[in-house]
Amino acid sequence: MFRSHVLVCGGTGCTSSGSARIITAFERELASAGLEKEIKVIKTGCFGLCALGPIVVVYPEGAFYSQVKPEDVPEIVEEHLLKGRIVKRLLYSETVQEDTVKSLGETQFYKKQMRVALKNCGVIDPENINEYIAYDGYMALGKALTEMTPEQVVQCILDSGLRGRGGGGFPTGRKWAFAAAQPKGIKYVCCNADEGDPGAFMDRSVLEGDPHVVLEAMAIAGYAIGAQQGYIYVRAEYPIAVKRLQVAIGQARELGLLGQNILGTGFNFDIDIRLGAGAFVCGEETALMTSIEGRRGEPRPRPPFPAVKGLFGKPTILNNVETYANVPQIILKGPEWFSSIGTEKSKGTKVFALGGKIHNTGLVEVPMGTTLREIVEEIGGGIPNGKKFKAAQTGGPSGGCIPAQYLDIPVDYDNLIEIGSMMGSGGLIVMDEDTCMVDIAKFFLEFTVDESCGKCTPCRIGTKRLYELLDKITKGKATMEDLDKLETLCYHIKENALCGLGQTAPNPVLSTLKYFRDEYIAHIVEKRCPAGVCKSLLTIQILPDKCKGCTLCARNCPTGAITGKVKEAHVIDPEKCVKCGVCIEKCRFGAIVKK
Amino acid sequence: MSNRVCKLPFKGTENQERELRALIQRLRDQDGALMPVLQGAQEIYGYLPIEVMEIIASTMGVSLEEVYGVATFYSQFSLNPKGRYKVSVCLGTACYVKGSGDVYAKLQEKLGITTGECTPDGEFSLEACRCVGACGLAPVMTVNDDVYGRLVPDDIDGILAKYQNA
Repeated sequence: MFRSHVLVCGGTGCTSSGSARIITAFERELASAGLEKEIKVIKTGCFGLCALGPIVVVYPEGAFYSQVKPEDVPEIVEEHLLKGRIVKRLLYSETVQEDTVKSLGETQFYKKQMRVALKNCGVIDPENINEYIAYDGYMALGKALTEMTPEQVVQCILDSGLRGRGGGGFPTGRKWAFAAAQPKGIKYVCCNADEGDPGAFMDRSVLEGDPHVVLEAMAIAGYAIGAQQGYIYVRAEYPIAVKRLQVAIGQARELGLLGQNILGTGFNFDIDIRLGAGAFVCGEETALMTSIEGRRGEPRPRPPFPAVKGLFGKPTILNNVETYANVPQIILKGPEWFSSIGTEKSKGTKVFALGGKIHNTGLVEVPMGTTLREIVEEIGGGIPNGKKFKAAQTGGPSGGCIPAQYLDIPVDYDNLIEIGSMMGSGGLIVMDEDTCMVDIAKFFLEFTVDESCGKCTPCRIGTKRLYELLDKITKGKATMEDLDKLETLCYHIKENALCGLGQTAPNPVLSTLKYFRDEYIAHIVEKRCPAGVCKSLLTIQILPDKCKGCTLCARNCPTGAITGKVKEAHVIDPEKCVKCGVCIEKCRFGAIVKK
Repeated sequence: MSNRVCKLPFKGTENQERELRALIQRLRDQDGALMPVLQGAQEIYGYLPIEVMEIIASTMGVSLEEVYGVATFYSQFSLNPKGRYKVSVCLGTACYVKGSGDVYAKLQEKLGITTGECTPDGEFSLEACRCVGACGLAPVMTVNDDVYGRLVPDDIDGILAKYQNA
């Protein structure tokens, strides 16, 4: 028995800000204080509040320490763990109260959240199967195998209304039902862990924080459709996730929860890991399967659908990590419980990776139907530096930008599609007035051009042309005719591309055209970038009333474009200026601005 | 992705080749073996020279064209050697919105190389990556396993200097 537990976040965000050194420091300090038998240090998965990492939580008090440095560890050990006095200076400011700590659940960031898929993340030690089991782990598999028929499992998932969390939102139960209806024989269960949307990392957090939930759900799926083999296709760029999956598979096999004759029921199921090698298109289901087969990950036309003819030509189901993370709880608590959460057509919760111009960057899980305003302003803590909200980007390169006028719509699959974006895997990037929407559209198209597999012409050539048109606009060289061309080409690609990647590639352009058309026009007609981002369209000016004549800018200008006498206002020669912005960075008086 | 065939002379050793052949022997009967073989080969050699792809093609009984096709499809595979220090800048959306584009431009200027290239002395190679998953620290870059976050272009000189004299 331990009297205290110290949980240190070992998720990617906190590992990047140095949580491994904190664990070492705790182990060292505890040993030297002779406390190693009384206090246990546990490396957990992601807590979600990455902006305040590295995070350390001490139980039983539930003290939530944020931005902890290795130097702070001796103080925590000495004061808190030895003398029982919480170190207030290191607490997350929102949890500080007069004489106790406020529980995390009461803070703005966590109050409106509801954790289903992330239930165990930041709670258990992901490398210890017993901790998972202690939190009802593998109970759902036991229930499915001993109390339910495969048909009942499929029906349960159907009734829950669970939809795919990876992008399209296809009903998971229907996928399972199709595959289950195929004649008996070899079938496969696959897990899409090739999270590719730049700015989305929820699947990674589930794999790193709670790997067994994915294994358990895949085994349940295997039982439901009659498969004996599963594959997890995971990005090689996620080394921590890969390692924890390997550990988890090994432990599950040891306890007979994977392999032959699971729980003595005669059901056989095993899982192998396949590493992705960095290709965005492999998130598309047919491309992913081609990649597991060891070939170029190019998509193929559907039908035949994977449920009929998938991996190695056999019936296959493919679900995303977050989708699987919901399954065990649906089996245990019943489909009615799950379908009571969310909106009419989108049930359950959704995890979002909040990022960009927002205070609380990190992972949040909310019931479907929560408004964008609640997510951005309450949970996310609003926009830093007193700037104004301009748009939220969802759905990654396949999605769109949602303007301020829609802040109050309930976020679910259908509402997002209606306003020209999509749920996607759940990246949610907040943009403020300093973000140029044309530049953002160009950014996403550059991504798509790079990631297009080249198999079909509309995507291979069309996206390249879109990119070139956008580039022309940001350089102030486009005409209004180009704008029409841009729009026509978007619709052409949407209708003719082979797979989801191509069909949705124009979305960032279309949605910004729809809501921020005046910005495009400002670039084209007035040759001006309203947000002050597009370098070719900017002029840099010195404000004479603020300039002190310190000469620092003139000395740093690489092209000698700035002239002026000491203690007199300086000027920039627009002919010589290359708009590199060095002068703005160097000026100590805020006297130089882009216009 | 800069995936042109490498022009530097091939310096593979006999030990490496033995390791490669053992790897192929171990994996060749598994379904879809080509990807794991290429991943293993890149671990052995650090990159995928054409000579290595030839060995893989002939021992596995597939055409060189197919091996090359797979190797150039995925961004993880590199046909060029990497530097002693692999510099990688996140150009994911969250980092981009917070200015990682400027950080990347500064690195290109400082190192005199662009995406997928390596400095002539073999010290630094540069690449852009998509989302390290540390969006809370945006903008982010990594040098081998070290992560640097909340960057501004002015931080670059100091960071590179740490490695230049190491």
